[in-house]
Amino acid sequence: MRESRQAGVAMSEAWFDKGLAVIAAQQFGYLDVVAALAMLAIAVVLSYRERLGLEKDLLVASLRAFVQLMAIGYVIDLIFGAERFIWVLLMVVAMAAFATFTSTRRARALPGSWWIMAAAIGLSAALTLGLMLGLGIIDSRARYVIPIAGMIIGNTMTVASVTVVRLLEDARDQRPRIEAALALGATPRQAADDLIRGSVRLAMVPVIDSTKTMGIVFLPGAMTGMILAGADPLEAVKLQVVIMYMLAAATAVSATTAALLTPRRLFTPQQQLRRLG
Amino acid sequence: MDPAEWKLSVEHLTLIMPNDGAPRLILDDVGFAVRAGEVFTIVGPSGSAKSSTLRAIDRLVEPTGGRVLLDGRPTNTLPVQELRRRVGMVFQTPALFAGTVLDNVLYGPRLHGIIGGQADGGREQGCDLLGRVGLPPDFCDRSADQLSGGEAQRVCLARALANDPEVLLLDEPTASLDPGAARVVEDLLLRLAADTELTFVFVTHDLAQARRIGDHGLLLVDGRVVEQGPLPELFDRPGDEATRLFLAGRLGGEPTT
Repeated sequence: MRESRQAGVAMSEAWFDKGLAVIAAQQFGYLDVVAALAMLAIAVVLSYRERLGLEKDLLVASLRAFVQLMAIGYVIDLIFGAERFIWVLLMVVAMAAFATFTSTRRARALPGSWWIMAAAIGLSAALTLGLMLGLGIIDSRARYVIPIAGMIIGNTMTVASVTVVRLLEDARDQRPRIEAALALGATPRQAADDLIRGSVRLAMVPVIDSTKTMGIVFLPGAMTGMILAGADPLEAVKLQVVIMYMLAAATAVSATTAALLTPRRLFTPQQQLRRLG
Repeated sequence: MDPAEWKLSVEHLTLIMPNDGAPRLILDDVGFAVRAGEVFTIVGPSGSAKSSTLRAIDRLVEPTGGRVLLDGRPTNTLPVQELRRRVGMVFQTPALFAGTVLDNVLYGPRLHGIIGGQADGGREQGCDLLGRVGLPPDFCDRSADQLSGGEAQRVCLARALANDPEVLLLDEPTASLDPGAARVVEDLLLRLAADTELTFVFVTHDLAQARRIGDHGLLLVDGRVVEQGPLPELFDRPGDEATRLFLAGRLGGEPTT
């Protein structure tokens, strides 16, 4: 622990370290995981009885999450051990690539949307992570970069998907208005202006609302984890505030990038609104 | 006539739409020419691709083949925005933008920066345009979503006129209106046609309306021109079996005698 950093402008890794150390101190066994499965069983039974048809999805999703998390646990363990920045970077790029893939599938009604997702996720993640690293808010070691990158990429992924899907649905619903605007000589950007703003606003609502009610309605993940593990609540709060601002910035960049790029796929080069599914 | 003398000419226009892997021929070698200042009427039963013809002219869909000339110049050599500014379009169902009636009417001029320097922000120009479509100035500040169908369609017409177009494409502008409102809009169009230099391409499935409005016209069936010529002679002496069928009400139109 480097005490000198603690006085710095940003959060020091001292209390971050302490938080993670305390989490690690409470050992979870596989038996605890199995016990948690009982709660999943309640959801499955409920879904079955109410004929929601979600049983299979629930089971597959839970199993996937377990396998993925185990795998990533080992990978992270390896990377932590190696402590080479190139591995950290590769890991972050892989996360972004998988997020891009997931968002693209969500918006499959828009052919060729992968580069929109890649740009939105890549740009927002690179910008915020770069800033955090550049300003020395976080250390470039794997144990800081990887969890933070995961949070950023996870959020920018959701926001990029919501933005593009919303824009797509609005374009479908509002075809007559859009074509009326085009027929008056509007460019695709001008014709889709209201839709672009609407989709960014919609995608940002959950982020803004959770930021607004932070601490009152819910205690967010990182902070909850630290407090659960016995860290000083004030230290947990400091970390959370940094994460919150960072996520607000990342999601805003992601939503805006996605919304501004989507018209390039919604319209043809001759400025016609495509007919999509 | 020399191609350069026509206001608008459409040559071998073909449109093929992808349709779940089975491409469909929508427009099949459509050709016609329109004189400056006249009302050219495209008549045909529903599904005959009348709307697609207009949309292809305004490049809201990209034609698969053929070309369209505006004052003798191929429209695909014009910037799309310029084409759409010079060739306006009014759709079957009025689609107004959120905001006031004035916002709608001035949409085009604002896009093209025409009203930048006016002290009143174009209000006088907007009221003027509303007057041309028979709406009083107090409509300016009304919300666009509080209009009747006939009023909305007239605002759409004013909005198209605000761009000062040379050609106006009208896609069954009265079909979605009740008979009273339809008559008002039709009279308005007749007056515009008589009073201005504007060239109209008017699409309708209503034969009686075509007779009242058109100078020249054609009958379109299944994306093909069946017959064309001056109106109303075209319908008085049909030379083609399909025209006779259409006139007899057997092709899904609404002919009256």
